[in-house]
Formats: sequence, structure tokens, C-alpha cells
Amino acid sequence: MKVILAGQGTALFFLGRAFIAKGHEVVIINRDPAECALLARRLKAAIIQGDASDGRTLKEAGAMGADAVLAVTPHDQDNLVIGQLAGLEYGVPRVIALANDPDNAEVFEKLGLIAFSTTHLIASLIEQRASLDQVTNLLPIGEGRVNVTELVLEERSPAAGKSLGELNLPENALVAVVLRDHKPIIPRGPTIIRPGDRLVLITLPENHGPVLKRFTNET
Amino acid sequence: MTKRLYIVVVGCGRLGSILANRLSREGHWVVAMDQNPATFNDLSPDFSGFRVEGDATRRAVLQEAKLGQADVVIATTHDDNVNLMVAQVAKGLFQVPQVMARVFDPRREQVYTQLGIPTICPTSVAARMLFDMVADGPDQREGASS
Repeated sequence: MKVILAGQGTALFFLGRAFIAKGHEVVIINRDPAECALLARRLKAAIIQGDASDGRTLKEAGAMGADAVLAVTPHDQDNLVIGQLAGLEYGVPRVIALANDPDNAEVFEKLGLIAFSTTHLIASLIEQRASLDQVTNLLPIGEGRVNVTELVLEERSPAAGKSLGELNLPENALVAVVLRDHKPIIPRGPTIIRPGDRLVLITLPENHGPVLKRFTNET
Repeated sequence: MTKRLYIVVVGCGRLGSILANRLSREGHWVVAMDQNPATFNDLSPDFSGFRVEGDATRRAVLQEAKLGQADVVIATTHDDNVNLMVAQVAKGLFQVPQVMARVFDPRREQVYTQLGIPTICPTSVAARMLFDMVADGPDQREGASS
């Protein structure tokens, strides 16, 4: 896959490194000449110094044949215009823009871009980590409209020893997988869950809290 | 003066302040918005509108300027991308009936005209005027001084 990254700072470097490590062809656009020199020395990527919201720079970066453009500059207005130019002028199939102001994630989506907000992602991660020790992982999908949560069932859990049917989970919530002794089980109503089971839950933001409570001791 | 309009001018630099002063003098309700409060010094003493200090790419700031009630939004900051974003947000999210953006880069002007955002590019305008003056020859210069 050919990926164009437009942005600056350490996040850009690590993002570039991650894509290269996965075998993708990476082109980086950065405004700052000093950062460009550093990136060129440290990454096996084509580095272009310039303003990515200028169509000529995108063209030089080969936007015409790119599979994805990630606009991750610290300025939302730049990310919007980079994304729109990439999509409209160069027909890049996947365009993703960072919304530095979390409010702008919705704005970007309304204006036809795929948007993400690190503030949303980090806030939901911290919220989960801080409130419950046994909740080990959380991944918001679809701009936070769906949560995927992993939790380890404790001895004291009110759900331990019960079948899924008995738990009577609210609508729009699902135990997708039970990992027991490293073996995945796709549970059904009669499946009994035990302490030590690792559960992968799919919830919506509105029922996330109540569903978690069925599995933890929190009252 | 037919109808009194609610007009938000985003960016109170040289162009923005001229527009805000003039529209206010003509009797419209005008809000001048800029990140830098020092630019409000360019507003004339008889400017009767409001001043909103803040970053126009933040929705909270646009809400403070009551963009939802605006009849017209004119984006004249020095940053093309800010102007293009403000114009699209005003049109798409706040349903402002008339939206205009000043854009320096003629290429961006073309793309956004296709998107239905009316843009004014000073470079293109000046080029056209200069071209016309050249085409008209040395005798027709009076018209350009207005």
C-alpha cells in the first residue's frame, strides 16, 4: 500500500516508522526543513518538504497513485483541506484526517472525510483503565459509536458461574468471545462463564457502563 | 438600505476591517472575529457591531458568534485553509445562506468553487484587471483608480 503522511513532530516519525515496518511504501510531507532532514536520515521513506494543503505538493508526493492519505498536522484547517484535495483532486480512495479539536471530528465527517480525534481515543482509554483494573483493553470503533472491551472475570464477579442467558444483557450488547486457557469460545446463551475467563465485549456508549457492571463488582 | 442583515466577518485584518466598518456603517448587524484582539483596533470608532476573539476553526467560537443566525459569513483571515474551513462549516453545519471565502491560492480557488463555496482570489482578480488594462491600452487608465 502506498501511504502519504502529512504532519509534523514525533507522532509523524513513529507513524511513518510503523507503516514502513509493516511493509508499506511511505511518503512524508512536512513543512519544516530541519524536521525533514532528520526524517530523511532516520526513515526509509520519501520525504517532501512543503505545504501538503498545496495541490502541487500532494502531486509531487504521488497522490495520484496513493492508496491512503493521512492528514495529521496540528492544524485542523490544514487537515481538512489536505484531505479534501487528496480526495477530490487526486481521487485518493482512503483519506483520514486528525481532528485536533475533538468537536471537529464531527465537522470533518459531515464534510465527507474519515476523521479521528486522539482526544476521544485517549480519554476513553484512560477512563476505562482508571475505573476498572480488570478491564485490560478498549478500542472505540466508528468514531466511538461502538466499544470493544476486554476484561478478565474475577472471582467476586456477580457474573461468575452464570450462563450468558441468565445474565440477561441489555439489547445491543454482546459477549463476542470468551478466552479460556488461551482457547477462544464463541459463547451462546447456555455458555457458563467462569472466573479467569477473558471476555471480549461489544457495547455501545449508552449501555457500556451498565454492561460492565454485570461483570464487575462495581455497584 | 433594503434589509438589515446579520453578517459575521471572520478575520479582522486589512480586508476584514474595511468590510466590517463599511457593512456596519450601512446599518447591518456585524460581528468581527479574530484570534488577535489587537486587530480590532482597525475597526473605526463608529463600528457598532460586536467583537469576538477566538480561533474560527473551533466550533465553540463560531457558536459564540451565533453563526446559526447569520445571513452572511465572510472569511477573510490570512490563512486560506482557515477561510475554506470556516466557509464550509458555516454552509454545511450552520446552514448560513450566503458564504464567501477569500483565498490567495488560485488553485485552491478552483477546487472549492467546484464544491460550491464561492471564493474570491485577489491574485486572480488583480491579474484579470491588469490584463484588461494592458488590453485596453494606455488611454483607458482612469477606470482603475477607484
